[in-house]
Amino acid sequence: MQTELFINGRVHRLEADARTTLLDALRHHLGLTGTKKGCDHGQCGACTVLVDGRRVNACLTLACMCDGSEITTIEGIGEPGALSPLQSAFIAHDGFQCGYCTPGQICSATAMMDEIAAGWPSHATGDLNAPVTTSAEEIRERMSGNLCRCACYPNIVDAILEVQG
Amino acid sequence: MSMGKPLPHDAAPLHVTGQARYIDDIPTPRGSLHLAFGLSTVAHGDITAMDLSAVRAAEGVVAVIADLDPMPDCSPSVHDEPLLAVGRVHYVGQPLFIVVATSHLAARKAARLGKIEYAELPAILTVDEAMAANTRFEQGPVIWQKGEFNDAPHYVEGQMEVGGQEHFYLEGQVALALPQEGGDMVVHSSTQHPTEIQHKVAHALHVPMNAVRVEVRRMGGGFGGKESQGNALAIACAIAARLTGKPCKMRYDRDDDMMITGKRHDLRIEYRAGFDDDGRITGVEFRHLFRCGWSQDLSLPVADRAMLHADNAYFLPAVRIESHRLRTNTQSATAYRGFGGPQGVIGIERVIDHIAHTLGMDPLEVRRVNFYRAMGHAPNPAPQHPVATTPELTSQAAEGVPHTAPKPDPGTAQTTPYHMPVEDFIGHELCAELTRTSDYRARRKAIAEWNAGSPILKRGIALTPVKFGISFTLTWLNQAGALVHVYQDGSVHLNHGGTEMGQGLFQKVAQVAAGVFGIDTSAVKITATDTGKVPNTSATAASSGSDLNGMAVKAACETLRDRISDHFGGATFANGRVRTADADMSFAEAAARAYQARVSLSATGYYATPKITWDRLRGQGRPFFYFAYGAAVTEVVIDTLTGENRILRTDILHDTGSSLNPALDIGQIEGGYVQGAGWLTTEELVWDDKGRLRTHAPSTYKIPACSDRPRDFRVALWERPNPENSIGRSKAVGEPPFMLGISAFMAISDAIASCGARYPALDAPATPERILKALGHV
Repeated sequence: MQTELFINGRVHRLEADARTTLLDALRHHLGLTGTKKGCDHGQCGACTVLVDGRRVNACLTLACMCDGSEITTIEGIGEPGALSPLQSAFIAHDGFQCGYCTPGQICSATAMMDEIAAGWPSHATGDLNAPVTTSAEEIRERMSGNLCRCACYPNIVDAILEVQG
Repeated sequence: MSMGKPLPHDAAPLHVTGQARYIDDIPTPRGSLHLAFGLSTVAHGDITAMDLSAVRAAEGVVAVIADLDPMPDCSPSVHDEPLLAVGRVHYVGQPLFIVVATSHLAARKAARLGKIEYAELPAILTVDEAMAANTRFEQGPVIWQKGEFNDAPHYVEGQMEVGGQEHFYLEGQVALALPQEGGDMVVHSSTQHPTEIQHKVAHALHVPMNAVRVEVRRMGGGFGGKESQGNALAIACAIAARLTGKPCKMRYDRDDDMMITGKRHDLRIEYRAGFDDDGRITGVEFRHLFRCGWSQDLSLPVADRAMLHADNAYFLPAVRIESHRLRTNTQSATAYRGFGGPQGVIGIERVIDHIAHTLGMDPLEVRRVNFYRAMGHAPNPAPQHPVATTPELTSQAAEGVPHTAPKPDPGTAQTTPYHMPVEDFIGHELCAELTRTSDYRARRKAIAEWNAGSPILKRGIALTPVKFGISFTLTWLNQAGALVHVYQDGSVHLNHGGTEMGQGLFQKVAQVAAGVFGIDTSAVKITATDTGKVPNTSATAASSGSDLNGMAVKAACETLRDRISDHFGGATFANGRVRTADADMSFAEAAARAYQARVSLSATGYYATPKITWDRLRGQGRPFFYFAYGAAVTEVVIDTLTGENRILRTDILHDTGSSLNPALDIGQIEGGYVQGAGWLTTEELVWDDKGRLRTHAPSTYKIPACSDRPRDFRVALWERPNPENSIGRSKAVGEPPFMLGISAFMAISDAIASCGARYPALDAPATPERILKALGHV
């Protein structure tokens, strides 16, 4: 079936099986390989992208569900020479080792910061009636869906805190 | 000098923008094919019928490969690992046939359509079953013994189950084979060991090694899981590429990856130790029962390294270690960060903890009285690293003869169970410093008081040290090569035998090169590891990457620097400038002038680790160039109703020598600790009674997440130069910090111990279920 995807500000027309995941559409059909496949069933977070500003696991999302949606992948967040503040912070804080989970971490953190700004509570939020404030505890909880086997977690949290805090 | 600077990873801007290419990201030529394995569904049995007609008929299938004669071998050791099962299957998940199809999905779908019939055989799944059936590698257990066992005032004995560990590299196993003219093959493999891939592919294709070139730019994590486990994919791709003439790629789906590939060895440790009133060990006996899986792979050196680390940081006057390497119908256990070292270390740490509990002492005090003698404080310190003159013990293991323990001789080194003098021991100073900075004693007291007033939640704290031997125990692997070019514009092209898997090797080695030439690291191009540039390399393993390749690169760069210097009749290299007696020019100008004067600007470098000798059968020699040290204090809290637990705070002081790059080293230490703590807490591998791994995806196998890291995490480097002449006097840092995670396990044990009088005897991993079980018998 045909799907129209607005990816990183450009329109892409995809002709693919209705069961094609957004992840496979990005990687195999459109050649956007910055989004990584880690587990392919929504547990590791390596494939996190933004759909209409919200973070999703691209491996659990069918491409056809995103017909007409605005999709932002790591390639749309910044590029060498024009990095987003979060991308720069990940370099400054050494927020990765092997780098395989990094695109997912950065996409996830980008949306997470918006979630905090919008006042969405998390499991770590103490007072549901007060405005949500950024803290290491909030970030740890909200980023726990993005696994990093190299366990760069301290540096990932520091990078996000620098930008958000 | 660029060495010692906290520079980020070499490809940092590419990583954060998604432009860093892994093998599955490399654009493949049109018509490339994709592979999948059909897998065994029984743990042990003879294949009586294999009907693959539905596989061949499936959409997109180009070829099905089931019988190869001769069957290629994937083993890194003893040729006991056929690429595809021949007649008999040995574990659930063993590859039976290869599907070659037009897409990854088509190959995987078709691989499920094979109709296989088996005559099932009894499966050996546990160490008890293997011991009863005597299924093992080598004829019998390996036994090392040293010293004389005398009667001791006290004894402890017990046993401990220690679980395995899935590597869970975020990038799964993957290979891509590109057929070339004349039957040559280029292979891209996510491997820590390109030369091994080259060797195995050449063997499978019946061509010399010079017909196969293997390239590795980077891996998305390795951790030992890509030392031998990538062989099957590379060989399958090369064979399919040869058969079809098309580029062939194979990438394991995560579930397949966990079902097919080997993991860290699990084992049972049995122990009996004698000790005096101060907790000083007079003698200890260990029995290691390793579950090695169906093929030998690297199990023998892994189990050897467990024996080599059965002392950890402690002098054992009398010691006997009996190591069984058991063959079971499960995945073939393989290398994993620490390579058996962690399994050895946790045994003696358990013994120490048990002794302390028996005597009612702080385990830290028992650790301290058993530490190796501090050489730095010897009454008559000899010059750096004297050759040990203590009359050394012969190997009792080989001769089976009991032997008298050596008389302590102040000023000379105490020896390990394998007779190596420990000349560089810094555990006393390091632990004293960490005890102070972590406020260990006051916190231990405060925790006891807190526990007295907290009926449900209980806290625990523990300090554990690590002493880890650095070098491959297969001595001839301790060599490395490098190839360095200086171009006429002054840019530098750097290649060496090590592979980058996130540990930061490439950046460290570039810092070494930039340091020799006195230029900025940005002028050094770091290139993919390539068997066509540097041959006969060792795996990037055993924490040796920077030590070996850094030295080889240094040698190559110094050759080039000296040639340029000689051309000018002497020169100095600093800050991007080359200064001669009468000129001051840029490095680029110096390179151009040297080129025009017909000076060769390409050189190789080579390094072989000095001093090491090792006789593995006798268990004797100096297997390690030096030791790396560290210690961690971990505080945890457990819920005694549910067994849930949290790491509250961790303080680490780790020995990196003169760090080549403190930022990268701290990353290794933090990551190693968290992975080590994961091994002993949340990461549980479960096989059912049919030998099926039931935890074959992150949905059922729990690696630490961001919320699992210590709430308060403080890491410091013990930056004193390595007394041995290593690269920049640094120390290896890949594996040693992994064992710092043992402090989390011992802290949980401490918390459980506060709930009763008996010793917790906790098994690993300390899942909530195991914690509840231990709470039940304290």
